Amino acid sequence: MNAELTVLLTAVFAACACSLVGTFLILRRMAMMADAISHAILPGLVIAYFLASGPNLIAGTLGAALAGVTTVVLVEALQRTGRVKSDSAIGIVFPALFALGTFLVSRYFSQVHLDADAVLFGEIAFAPFDRLILFGNDVGSQPLIVLAILTVINAALVLLFYKELKLATFDPGLAAALGLSPLVIHYGLMTAVSVTTVGAFAAVGAILVVALMIVPAATAYLLTDRLELMIVLSLASGAASAVVGYYSAVAFDVSISGMMAVVGGIFFALAALFSPSHGIVARTLRRLRLRERFAVDLLLLHLNHHRTASESMEHLARELNWSRDWLTRVIRRATTDGYVRDEDGRVALTDAGRDAANSHVMAIDRDAHEVPPARSMPTPGIAD
Amino acid sequence: MPDLLHDVIFDYTLRNVALGSALLGIVGGVLGTFAVLRRQGLLGDALAHAALPGIALAFMLTGSKTSLVLMIGAAISGWLGMLLIIRIVQDTRLSEDTALGVVLTVFFGFGVVLLTYIQHSNNANQAGLDQYLFGQAATLVWENVVTMAALGSVALLLVALLFKEFKLLSFDPEFGASLGFPMRGLNVLLTSSIVIAVVIGLQTVGVVLMAAMLIAPAAAARQWTNRLGVMLALSGFFGGAAGVAGAMISVTARRVPTGPMIILCVTVIVVISILFAPERGIVWDSLRRRSLRRDALARGPEATA
Repeated sequence: MNAELTVLLTAVFAACACSLVGTFLILRRMAMMADAISHAILPGLVIAYFLASGPNLIAGTLGAALAGVTTVVLVEALQRTGRVKSDSAIGIVFPALFALGTFLVSRYFSQVHLDADAVLFGEIAFAPFDRLILFGNDVGSQPLIVLAILTVINAALVLLFYKELKLATFDPGLAAALGLSPLVIHYGLMTAVSVTTVGAFAAVGAILVVALMIVPAATAYLLTDRLELMIVLSLASGAASAVVGYYSAVAFDVSISGMMAVVGGIFFALAALFSPSHGIVARTLRRLRLRERFAVDLLLLHLNHHRTASESMEHLARELNWSRDWLTRVIRRATTDGYVRDEDGRVALTDAGRDAANSHVMAIDRDAHEVPPARSMPTPGIAD
Repeated sequence: MPDLLHDVIFDYTLRNVALGSALLGIVGGVLGTFAVLRRQGLLGDALAHAALPGIALAFMLTGSKTSLVLMIGAAISGWLGMLLIIRIVQDTRLSEDTALGVVLTVFFGFGVVLLTYIQHSNNANQAGLDQYLFGQAATLVWENVVTMAALGSVALLLVALLFKEFKLLSFDPEFGASLGFPMRGLNVLLTSSIVIAVVIGLQTVGVVLMAAMLIAPAAAARQWTNRLGVMLALSGFFGGAAGVAGAMISVTARRVPTGPMIILCVTVIVVISILFAPERGIVWDSLRRRSLRRDALARGPEATA
């Protein structure tokens, strides 16, 4: 396999493995916990490499996974004391662990060949040269194989526990009532996050692992309300940022993992602006349309109430206290809907407009006079 | 010890490092108090990461490594990051921690892209820009300390002048608004001061560890008092003390980086405060509970009822 394809595939697998866990992190509002875990794996790696006397893949994975879970446990223990709020707890624990890691590296284990730089950035361009040797045979690029396996594992976990994850994420109370332990799911997910972080950080670095976990999933969350679709979209947007990021990084001769995060950010910005359901543009348009509709209703009621054949623009603008532009727009809208018509520069209701106004009046009347039904008291002892 | 004291006063490098770390601790501690009270502790983390592209861009545009220029770049991009976070929370369905995470990682990624671009463009002058990632307190020169002091005094002066307003903003913004205070403007002003605190810390403790310099002293100070004024002073003191202690240890011991040492010192202060502060300390709490239980048991079931 040539070097370019290896790097590209490594990037895509990193994005996919991260997106799979990221989706649930976003939905459970734990994005910053992922950030904390990614920083805190440094001491875990250092101690594991020291005990294994060298950068050993399995020891590193175990050490980092342990460190990740320790972070979660420490943050939660700190929260439970009631002395520190949740976000502060995260902000105290992970810098402390990261500082401990840097301290250990520079003071005792400078021979471990691990510097904070490498943990933070990683270098995916070296992926083809980092070979996995099994029983004396060169099997392939180690980061590529590790990330491919992680993607498969994460996908299998999501498929196997899909129902449980979904329920525990959206209705933890019901999940607990049905006998699913929220604790097991919580720590299971946190372990998956830690292990994925370890697998991916060598390639893309700790902070950009977080980018790959959070950004594609956040993008997907802006595009859909369905969990299945959200997972698919987040995989797609993650993989797309990996591919586009790789080629733009090569074009500009800059960091590949950094570029992946930037491209992911651009996708996110596009989704935030233009998502048909949750985008800022769509929301603003919807709000504007609603405002226009209310204004049309108000105009109809006004015209109907005065019962004059027609009214002049000046009069309307004064009475309704609207700007001339807004009034013109509302009248145009009402004319297109067939509610008002132009009578020599004056505005008059059509029959349809009068009907609409009357039905509004009736609706308002009904709402004003109708007494809301009293809530019946539940009868004790009888289940419905 | 007397030698160390002598060195702190007369040794150029040591004095700069100690002064810089103390300044950072004090400003971070004071402004962090508001961040922590408003549950915005992690905003500092996001701002610190978001400052990175600003540092790189400032260097690319001016070609200067003057700390004031880089700090202004950092402040502008941190400030932009802050505005984006606020917009994302307001205008989309994403929760605050997701907004923080997205802005943090994307800005940081952009910063890394710019740094590698500068490195690969063979600019001989670029060396040392990456010290902002982990902080290199040992490289602080007198000019840096003066810049930090100037920026820090602006932030502290703002807090002193607007103490009442910031207090309202932190505890009861609705009430403040009903009194006619411009709460939105105050919010931007306070967060901008936090940006200043972050920017001051970047060169000493770096992007990654900056969050702790805002959160930890304030969390520790909260344990000792219920009054905002006292908390601000204590938090500034804890931050400053941790800064000086960390700087001293890292200079006297061999191969100990300053930034992480400062963070470890401030973490120790937090742990001690959470365990042993009077009133709110966990140790006293459990002792009190135990003696209550003993009394209740001694008095028998009738008495407890």
